[in-house]
Amino acid sequence: MEWEIVMGLEVHTELATKTKIFCGCSTEFGAGCNEHVCEICSGMPGTLPKLNEKVLEYAIRTGLATNCEITRHNKFDRKNYFYPDLPKAYQISQLYFPICHDGHLTVKDKDGNDKQIGIHEIHMEEDAGKLIHDDFEECTLVDYNRCGVPLLEIVSEPDFRSAEEVISYLEQLRGILQFTGVSDCKMQEGSLRADVNLSVRPKGQKEFGTRTEMKNLNSFHAIQRAIAYEAERQIELLEDGEKVTQETRRWDDNKGISYAMRSKEDAQDYKYFPEPDLPPLEISEETIERIQNEMPELPAQKKARYINVLGLPEYDTEVLTSDRSYVKLFEETVALGADAKVASNWIMGEVMKLLKDTATLPEDMTLSAKDLAKILEMVGKNTINRGTGKTVLEKVFKEGVDPEAYVKENNLAQITDLSALRPVIEEVIANNEKSVNEYKGGKTQAMGYIMGQAMRALKGKAPAQEVQKLLKEMLDEN
Amino acid sequence: MQIDRDLVLYLEKLGRITLSEEERAESMKDLQDIVSYMDTLNELDTEGVEPASHSFPIPNVMRADVVTNEANVDAILSNAPEQRDGCFVVPKTVE
Repeated sequence: MEWEIVMGLEVHTELATKTKIFCGCSTEFGAGCNEHVCEICSGMPGTLPKLNEKVLEYAIRTGLATNCEITRHNKFDRKNYFYPDLPKAYQISQLYFPICHDGHLTVKDKDGNDKQIGIHEIHMEEDAGKLIHDDFEECTLVDYNRCGVPLLEIVSEPDFRSAEEVISYLEQLRGILQFTGVSDCKMQEGSLRADVNLSVRPKGQKEFGTRTEMKNLNSFHAIQRAIAYEAERQIELLEDGEKVTQETRRWDDNKGISYAMRSKEDAQDYKYFPEPDLPPLEISEETIERIQNEMPELPAQKKARYINVLGLPEYDTEVLTSDRSYVKLFEETVALGADAKVASNWIMGEVMKLLKDTATLPEDMTLSAKDLAKILEMVGKNTINRGTGKTVLEKVFKEGVDPEAYVKENNLAQITDLSALRPVIEEVIANNEKSVNEYKGGKTQAMGYIMGQAMRALKGKAPAQEVQKLLKEMLDEN
Repeated sequence: MQIDRDLVLYLEKLGRITLSEEERAESMKDLQDIVSYMDTLNELDTEGVEPASHSFPIPNVMRADVVTNEANVDAILSNAPEQRDGCFVVPKTVE
C-alpha cells in the first residue's frame, strides 16, 4: 500500500527583546542560575505582569511578514499546568484571540515546485524555566532565567507532505524572523524550536490518521531524521494491523530513535481562562500601518532585487539569503565597490568553505566586508592573483590580519613591471639547457616544463599569460 | 453543576496532590458552594451584554523594553525550602 505522510508544525521562537515579556529582567543567554529573575517572573504572590511593547510589535511584524490577518481585539489567557519549570503553575499564553491568524508561506515541495503552507495562528506567550536533573541525588534543580522570555508560537496547518517541505518552510520562517530582527533563531540555544505533528494515511484517503507530536528537535538534520523514523514507525504499526497511539514523543538524536513521553491516560487538561492580570490589547489601523512601513526588506524581496538590479543568478540569491550574515557581508562588500557576481562567487565559494573547514557558524564569522572588499579589489586590479587572494582571505578569516599589510609584508604582490621578468626568465633558460634544446629540436611539449620552472622562480606572482608570451619570445629569438 | 468524588480525585491528579478522605469531603462541599453561587449569577439576564474579561476599560497597558532588574539571587531564593548552586531544589521531576 502507498502511504501519505501528513504533518503540521508548531514552531516556538524566542524573541530578540532585551527584557522578558512581563518584567524588566534581562533575556541575555548564558547568565548564572536565577540571575535574571525577579518577583514577577518567579511568580511571587501579589505581583502584576506588564506587557513588553516590543513583544507586540515583533508579533505583528511576524504576522505581516507571513501574510497573516492581525487580530484587532486581543487578550491573554492562562494555561494551567502544574510543573516546576513554571513557578506560577500557569503559563500566560493566548488561546481565544491569538494576535495573528490565517497566514501562509510559499515553500518548495519535493520536486522543487511552489506550494502554499497555511499558518493557522501565531500567538504570544512566555517561556518556561530550565530543569536540571541530578542523576545522583533524587532531586531536580530549577533555574528560572528563561522563565518569562517572550515566545511566539507559530502554528501551521497540517499541509506538509514531505520532510523537504518542512525544511523549506523552516528555512523561510527562520529567514523572515532573522531579517525582521524578531529572533536570532539559534537552534543550538533553543531560540528556534520546532515540534512536528505527524500522521500517515493510505494515499487517497480523506480522513487524517492518528497523529503523534515529536519534541526535542534541535537541528534541521534532526528534524529530517525524526520525520523519516516516525513515518516508518507508524506505517509499520498499521501494516502489522496495530494502532498508532496519540502521544507526545521525544527524539533522541544520538540514538536516532524517539520514545513516548506522556501516555494517553495522562491527557492534559489546561483549564484555560482569560488572564485577569493583563488588560486587553486594541490594535489600531495606524499601528499596523506603521509597522508595515518600517518592515525591513525580507528574503524574498532581497532575492528579487539581487536578480533584477544586481543581475545575480537565482541560485546565488538562494544561497546568499539563506542566512542574515551572508546577506550582510554581501551587501556591504558590494557597497564598498565590489562587483556583485564576484562578491557572490567568493562568499559562496571561499568564505563558505572556510566556515565549513573551521566549523564556524555564519553569525560567528569575524570576516569584515571591508577586508573582503579589499581582497577583491586587489585581485580585480591584478595586484595579487586569485590563488594569492584565497591565501590572504584564509589568513584574514582565521587570524584577522590586515589584507593589504599582509600582502606587503610577505611580498605577495604581482610583478607588474614586465622588465623585471626578463632577467628571471633568462636565468631559467640558462639553467634548463636540456629542455631548451629539446624545445628547439621541435619538441614543443618541453615548453610546459620550462614555463613551470619560470613560474616557480617567480613564485607565481607574475601573470602567467605574460610570462608565457615573453618566454616564447626569448626562446625563439636565440 | 454537581461536584462528585471523581471530580475531586481528578483535580487532585491535575494538582499533583493527595487529599485525605476528610479533606475530600470538605473540598466537595466547598467546591459545591462555589459552583452553586456561580449558578446564581447564571440566573441574570445577560441578553445583549458583551462578554468582558476585565472590569476596567483600559486597553494597551505596556512597558518599554528596558532592563530595570539586576541579579538578586539571594533574595529570589530566600523563601525556597531548599536551594543549591543558585537553584531551587524540587523533588525529582522527569517527564
